[in-house]
Amino acid sequence: MEYGFTTAAYVVAAVLFILSLGGLSGQESAKRAVWYGIAGMALAVAATLMGPGYGNWLVSLVMIAVGGAIGWVVAQRVQMTEMPQLVAAMHSLVGLAAVFIGYNTEIEMAGIAALQAAGNADALAALSGFAQKIAEKSASEIAILKIETFLGVFIGAVTFTGSVIAYGKLAGKVDGKATKLPGGHMLNAGAALLSLILLVMYFNGAGTWALIIMTLAAFFIGYHLIMGIGGADMPVVVSMLNSYSGWAAAAIGFSLSNDLLIVVGALVGSSGAILSYIMCKAMNRSFISVILGGFGGTTGPAMEVTGEQIAIDTDGVAAALNEADSIIIIPGYGMAVAQAQQSVSELTRKLRAKGKEVRFAIHPVAGRLPGHMNVLLAEAKVPYDIVLEMDEINEDFPSTDVAIVIGSNDIVNPAAQEDPNSPIAGMPVLECWKAKQVFVSKRGQGTGYSGIENPLFYKENTRMFYGDAKKSLDALLPLID
Amino acid sequence: MVYTRRALDLRRTETRAGADAPLGNGGLSVKIGALKEIFEGENRVAMTPDSALQMVKLGHRCCIEAGAGAKAGFADALYAAAGVEVLKNAKAVIEAADVLVKVRGPEEKEAKLLRQGQTLISFFWPAQNEALLKLVADRGATVVAMDMVPRISRAQKMDALSSMANIAGYRAVIEAGNNFGRFFTGQVTAAGKVPPAKVLIVGAGVAGLAAIGTSVSLGAIVHAFDVRPEVAEQIESMGASFVYLEFDPSELPDGAATGGYAAPSTPEFQAKQLAKFRELAPEMDIVITTALIPGRPAPKLWTKDMVAMMKPGSVIVDLAAERGGNCDLTIADEKIVTENGVTIVGYTDFPSRMAAQASTLYSTNIRHMLTDLTPKKDGVIVHNMEDDVIRGATVAHQGAVTFPPPAPKVAAIAAAKPKEKVKEPTPEERRAAEAAAFKAETRTQVGMLVIGGVLILLAGLFTPASFMSHFIVFVLSCFVGFQVIWNVSHSLHTPLMAVTNAISSIIILGALMQIGSGNWLVIILAALSVFMAGINIFGGFMVTRRMLAMFQKS
Repeated sequence: MEYGFTTAAYVVAAVLFILSLGGLSGQESAKRAVWYGIAGMALAVAATLMGPGYGNWLVSLVMIAVGGAIGWVVAQRVQMTEMPQLVAAMHSLVGLAAVFIGYNTEIEMAGIAALQAAGNADALAALSGFAQKIAEKSASEIAILKIETFLGVFIGAVTFTGSVIAYGKLAGKVDGKATKLPGGHMLNAGAALLSLILLVMYFNGAGTWALIIMTLAAFFIGYHLIMGIGGADMPVVVSMLNSYSGWAAAAIGFSLSNDLLIVVGALVGSSGAILSYIMCKAMNRSFISVILGGFGGTTGPAMEVTGEQIAIDTDGVAAALNEADSIIIIPGYGMAVAQAQQSVSELTRKLRAKGKEVRFAIHPVAGRLPGHMNVLLAEAKVPYDIVLEMDEINEDFPSTDVAIVIGSNDIVNPAAQEDPNSPIAGMPVLECWKAKQVFVSKRGQGTGYSGIENPLFYKENTRMFYGDAKKSLDALLPLID
Repeated sequence: MVYTRRALDLRRTETRAGADAPLGNGGLSVKIGALKEIFEGENRVAMTPDSALQMVKLGHRCCIEAGAGAKAGFADALYAAAGVEVLKNAKAVIEAADVLVKVRGPEEKEAKLLRQGQTLISFFWPAQNEALLKLVADRGATVVAMDMVPRISRAQKMDALSSMANIAGYRAVIEAGNNFGRFFTGQVTAAGKVPPAKVLIVGAGVAGLAAIGTSVSLGAIVHAFDVRPEVAEQIESMGASFVYLEFDPSELPDGAATGGYAAPSTPEFQAKQLAKFRELAPEMDIVITTALIPGRPAPKLWTKDMVAMMKPGSVIVDLAAERGGNCDLTIADEKIVTENGVTIVGYTDFPSRMAAQASTLYSTNIRHMLTDLTPKKDGVIVHNMEDDVIRGATVAHQGAVTFPPPAPKVAAIAAAKPKEKVKEPTPEERRAAEAAAFKAETRTQVGMLVIGGVLILLAGLFTPASFMSHFIVFVLSCFVGFQVIWNVSHSLHTPLMAVTNAISSIIILGALMQIGSGNWLVIILAALSVFMAGINIFGGFMVTRRMLAMFQKS
């Protein structure tokens, strides 16, 4: 089939992809939007398979079928609480694929260069498909191609190891704490500098070895960078890796002169970048400080927290809930860990059945993935129109009878507003302490991920509802009448 | 008999609690004994069946003097049902118990029965009862004075003064209502319109706030005054309006420096205060005064002429009567009616008039104190003099008088921070600021465009045309991406990531283009890439569909 037809198919596919992302602006239109994405992907793959210079149909179809089957099964089985891990694992696949494709380009280039050097005109003429395209390139185009390939492999390699580590941390297979090798970020900087030098050498004619060493350096950067970032910063990390996987695709698109790859790569790349930006903004931290890991920037001693954490038992919480008219629930990662979303949903259903106003307040960085809480609550059949964003609900706390904090800590920390010396000073937080009464469901005393004392727990209108979130809520349910 | 069912419940719980308590400590547990109050008119008791059960959980055993709870509505049978040993007289209790709990401080004859190593927990007022304190200390007993519990947040649960003040505030309103011939709440009835009662509360401490809450909930219009301007917020949060005075805040003492109590104020301030009260006096139907200054007689705030200005039938309840009263005409422990028909209630035993409630709260305060004294919950009292709360409340220990205590390590309440006033910008200033912001934004945007443009032009000089044509596509796609993604709803960020994941597997196209190569290594790598991208495409789209299907409207 002609080249023109393939390009036309790509244009349609690109439009479908854009519509697919645009459709995510609302819950209902999103359901349609996924089909646009699927159609776009099917069209793009079909057009490429039928495009000029294509071979090895059988292998491709078998590989797609096997891979697709695995993907299908995994997608059916995955628990919604495991979404962050799944997303990270999928990023790693894109990264590794980008590395492989980059290497392929290098191998083809080396092969053609050898043929050209030998002056083997017959062999050159016999080339087809991708190799033929490379053979037709001029010297300056080859130089650009080298840079593109190099970049594609670099970003892909960082994405791969970074995602693998992110997966390990999210799945609990790697310790979630921020750990760095001695030397810290100097090691990363050194590896990046090495890669830059290798780029220059590779550009000036150094062989495949430069690409291989750079790949190893990039693998190291990805590993070490993500190892140095703690669990609660994972929303930023995952969206950052999402962005990288897009840029890797775009770089590969450049090297293959494929506009659709470039378009989609750019879409995904900017999408991830915006998500990272939103997450950073929600934590009032710059992107750099998240990447460099750890909390910093305290300007003085933290405000003294006085008072004591007062515990309450199930009966007390039930009595307060039975009397309350308006209730706001603030879920956090702890809810996901305890798998308490079904119990929360059941509680919501019971309370709503009694005519009480129950709403959810979601902080942008609650959980380990942007929008993580929304998905968990949706899975537990909590209607999405009572699940509100921080900006929508923050002003309603003073008129709320009961706020229930389930497994969140830093996102409800009043120190962010009250203590200018706090490491999280200035971070937007859910002002749950303004509610008449606050119950905090928490496993035990102690600070959250950031290690910052939470004055909320010591407030006079706060009661600590200690215990596993799921067990506590299950004990609470029969008492709501 | 209100308590019948309760008693059965208690007995059931007791069998459980009683079953394991003696096992754990092998009979070494400390015995807590409650005495009957001998002070005339005192109805309260320091131990209730409920609090006894809780103390058993701490590993203690309990005993009580026969008839101690009768006036508060707790019969001996109820105590017995809760596993409390009922002893026939005070002497037996004092002999049997290691820790004695009481409401009022000991009379001399009680104090003389105390023995070496015994602990007494009660109100004591050590500053006023120095001789008694000396007597007790000489006998080697330890005294924990409930009135000396430091006012820090941690100790709130054992702050008996607050719980008693709360009751006094509530009862003051009820007493006032009892002597007031009209409704609190305003009503429009078939028989005519009734105006709401106007209530003034002077002093917004615990008692004052409780009085505010009670009168507001009865429907009265409530005004409240306090010398500490920082309590205005609390007063208003209870539904009363704060009576403001015109004054310079720097004249005022910092309430935080005196442990949350009011300090004496300057003469100028007092004059202004009295003038304000004179202005209010003719309008008010009920006045409840609760103003006390630690260690001093009650300040005279409601003078004779103010009483004379009040309407007949009005009521004054003076909660400071015990310390001389806030009103000139108050007579302690009596209710009087003035010539112009104003009733002045000077009772000093409000908590005792609600003995059941007061005993419940007081015994809970005692029980919390014992919880702190029994850190391991094993029935062994550890009198830790390093602990701020225990140290503060202990006025006699190991034969020595330990009053007054050193200043606690933790300040009672955080010092009030001066509030910075945010200046409202004038419209001109706001417009100027907006214009400046707009200019700055324009500058940065134009600057970025220029720099970006120059860089791209430079790149164009050195790169081949085929690259630039792809580059246009790239830049435009980035722009489209930014515009589209900003509109994505926050709640759909996870599906967004899954779907971008799926479509970033478009990288499969690259692998498909290479898989037709003649080089076997290229074919293998390309095939692997196709495989991985395949997982991603199907997995990504499937999981997105699964997630989106879950989002349901109510």
